[in-house]
Amino acid sequence: MMLIATGTVSVAHYLVVGAIMFTAGIVCMAVKRNALGVLMGIELVLNGANLNFVAFGSSYLAGEGRPPLGLDGEVMALFVILLAAAEAAVALAITLNFYNNHATVDVDRADDLRG
Amino acid sequence: MSIENLLPLLLGLAWLVPLASFVAILFFGPRMGAHGKGAATVATAAIMTSLGLSLAALVVWLGSHPVTVAAHGDEHAAVEAAAPDASSSTVRFVARLTEPAAADHEADSHGGPHGDAHHDGHSTEGHGDGHAAAKPVAYVGDWYTLYTGGSLQLSIGWYIDAITVLMFVVVTFIATCIHIYAAGYMHDELHPVTDGEVQLASGATFTREGRFHRFFQALSLFCFSMLGIVIAGNLAMVFVFWELVGICSWFLIGFYFERHSASTAANKAFIVNRVGDFGMLIGLMALWGGLGTLHFGDSVDPTTGAARPGLFELVRPEQEHHAQQVPAGLVAFSAADEVARLANAGGNPDELRHQVSAAVPGWRQQGYGRWLLFVAGVGIFCGCVGKSAQVPLFVWLPDAMEGPTPVSALVHSATMVAAGVYLVGRFFPVLTPDVLLVIAYVGGMTLFIAATIAVTANDIKRVLAYSTVSQLGYMMLALGVGGWVAGLFHLVTHAFFKSLLFLCSGSVIHACHTNDMRKMGGLMRVMPYTGWTMLVGCLAIIGAGVPFVIGFSGYYSKDAILAQALLFSRLNPQHTILYVAVAGGAFITAFYMFRLWFMTFAGTPRDQHVFDHAHESPRVMTTPLVVLAVLAVIAGWTLPGGFGVSGLLEQSRPAGTAASLTTTDLLGTITIPAEHDSHAGAIHVQATLTAFATALAGVLLAAAMYLKPIVSPSGVAAAVRPVYTFLVNRWYVDELYDTIFVQPALRIARVVSGFDRQVIDRLINGLALAAKRIASLDAWFDRTVVDGLVNAAGQITWSVGLELKQLQTGRLRQYVMFIVVGTVAIFVLATLLFRTSLAG
Repeated sequence: MMLIATGTVSVAHYLVVGAIMFTAGIVCMAVKRNALGVLMGIELVLNGANLNFVAFGSSYLAGEGRPPLGLDGEVMALFVILLAAAEAAVALAITLNFYNNHATVDVDRADDLRG
Repeated sequence: MSIENLLPLLLGLAWLVPLASFVAILFFGPRMGAHGKGAATVATAAIMTSLGLSLAALVVWLGSHPVTVAAHGDEHAAVEAAAPDASSSTVRFVARLTEPAAADHEADSHGGPHGDAHHDGHSTEGHGDGHAAAKPVAYVGDWYTLYTGGSLQLSIGWYIDAITVLMFVVVTFIATCIHIYAAGYMHDELHPVTDGEVQLASGATFTREGRFHRFFQALSLFCFSMLGIVIAGNLAMVFVFWELVGICSWFLIGFYFERHSASTAANKAFIVNRVGDFGMLIGLMALWGGLGTLHFGDSVDPTTGAARPGLFELVRPEQEHHAQQVPAGLVAFSAADEVARLANAGGNPDELRHQVSAAVPGWRQQGYGRWLLFVAGVGIFCGCVGKSAQVPLFVWLPDAMEGPTPVSALVHSATMVAAGVYLVGRFFPVLTPDVLLVIAYVGGMTLFIAATIAVTANDIKRVLAYSTVSQLGYMMLALGVGGWVAGLFHLVTHAFFKSLLFLCSGSVIHACHTNDMRKMGGLMRVMPYTGWTMLVGCLAIIGAGVPFVIGFSGYYSKDAILAQALLFSRLNPQHTILYVAVAGGAFITAFYMFRLWFMTFAGTPRDQHVFDHAHESPRVMTTPLVVLAVLAVIAGWTLPGGFGVSGLLEQSRPAGTAASLTTTDLLGTITIPAEHDSHAGAIHVQATLTAFATALAGVLLAAAMYLKPIVSPSGVAAAVRPVYTFLVNRWYVDELYDTIFVQPALRIARVVSGFDRQVIDRLINGLALAAKRIASLDAWFDRTVVDGLVNAAGQITWSVGLELKQLQTGRLRQYVMFIVVGTVAIFVLATLLFRTSLAG
């Protein structure tokens, strides 16, 4: 809270935005019954995390006198984006198949393997 | 080819041909012609070949050792009766040798060239004049060494002298006759046989395959074994073939083994012979342990390659002029304590050996080794007692009648029983006067007991069996009283007339289908060949002849025995009983033999049914009868020029036995008379007249009882009822053995089997039961505890799985909540637990 009050944009601001996005994603995943909604929640969670990586890796935000972390943060972010894209492709394929079999995308109906 | 190579070759081949026949019939017997009929041809051809080879050997022998009458006469004149040595100590053996060669010897002493020449002469013809030389001609050698351990050696070898050649001819000749006869006699075996004497439990008649080829197979092996004994060059080889003869007799006596009586008789013969062989083994060990050699003649020491003296040379050394003495080996063996005392005194082995050999003569004087030599002799004789059916082991021979009749003829004449007498004759030089006395008494008892039993027997073969036992007793007695030639001469003549008698009885049985003489009678009319030949056999066995002119073969041999026994009883008045037994035995023999002949062939038929069915046997059976009858007449004759069986035997007279010998030893003072003294006028005349009178009396008595019923046999039997009963029951010997040996053995067996059943079986059953109990307990534990634990583990896993699967709801949103809540919970927990470290 102290950092926000100074008016300067710092890592903490990014972290707050990231945390909000993460929480929103989690909530979205927990409450959405539509499979596509759940996927969107996942994207939110991943991008919330991405924001943290980029913030920590930014030399600009690192401030005077501190050694930059290099491109580590950006690389990790790109990695996550890549993963998200792959995951989205697989997840959409599953969803499509699910729809073909059950004529719905309601995740609550996807309980064929329940105990 | 020189004679020392030729004789072993000829006789070795004659010995092995029957073995080849045995092997051939063993493998190909059933395929030889229809039903194995060719086996008879093979076996007969083999034994004929042996006969041919044996005859060739005889010719070769006579070619280089002619039997001449001159030598006989010379020797007779040269031998004087020996006077008892007054100064004889307890161990003195004094033989007075009066042959010219022996005198030469004395002059030469030993070490001279003469001694060496004599030694070499052993294997060459150094004794052309035969009798004058002290040592008989013998060819010795080994074919094959079985075992060598240090200086001990066991080998297959030969010892060939005149008796070997003679026995080969006799054995193969009689065996040939019997083979030919058996080919006719055994023809029933060519087809399946219905044996009426076998009782099946179901009551049905018993039918089996014919065993024609098996009969001839065993016959061949029998001949091979017997010839092996005859040719054997050492006692170990004798023992091996001795046992082979035993097993062959077992095969053949038990030929009809389905009959209880036959299998029992075979076992009895075998077991009784084992008793005798046990004694023989003891004798063998005494000699083997003391002397380290079992060779009869000289052999080669395997360690040094030097010549080694054989048993005969050791017991009758040449340098002692073949006088009997205890060999140094036996003396030292017996004086083991003294040797140990010397050894304890110190000194190296060479010195000790020197000391021992120096001390041996002294020890010999003290009597060391005398008993050992006695035991060795009696031990070897024990084996002969078993094989030659002497008292007390004669019980097997009458039962051996269970075999087919040709086997009886073979067993009773040329093989098996002859083996015992032959061995005593072969081993004669080693037997001490004490052993000879034992032999004489055993022979005397045997001849008397067996003759009395034969008087009351009604089975035609049993009469002959007991007569065989009796005649074997004669031979043993003859050998025992010093009649070496007389005993072996009787062995040869007896072989001919006894095989003749048995084959005749076989012919009678073949015609009448019964053994019982009480159902026969008058058979002369229907069986002339058998009747006449059997009459010849009977006359031969009783020793019929015109005194001092000519006679049947038995006349010569029996007279020789009688004369020797008479001389023996003259010189040893305390043993007169032996002569009485011989003379009385001659009377009884004549009686029972003619009783047999009269009951069978003379008079009127007692059983018309049997008589009507009787017929003369086929020619294959009568031809051997005629041939043997001729030999039963002439076998004892001495041809002009001196050739004859006794002359041939005289060539092999053991060294040092040609003279009279007086000793005082374990069994008192004994004089073994020189055999030639028994030919002296007074003795010979008395013996011949006694033999003639007793035989005539026996025949007349038999005629009075069975030909012209002047005396009623049943009346006589009733008059001496206890004696008659005693004899009919064969002196109760079988019962005695049954009581003394068989029943106690059975009782012990019953006790032991009871112990086995009651104690050992129960113990084992108890152990098994306990094991079973423990096992069932174990099984219960396994099923309840172990299985329970394993099942419980599975059950718990199952239940936990059932519970946990409730969590798997399949609701995606719920999962997300779990993840979130879980993550938060981990964070909270980690924060709480690791607060300090985080704070630090």
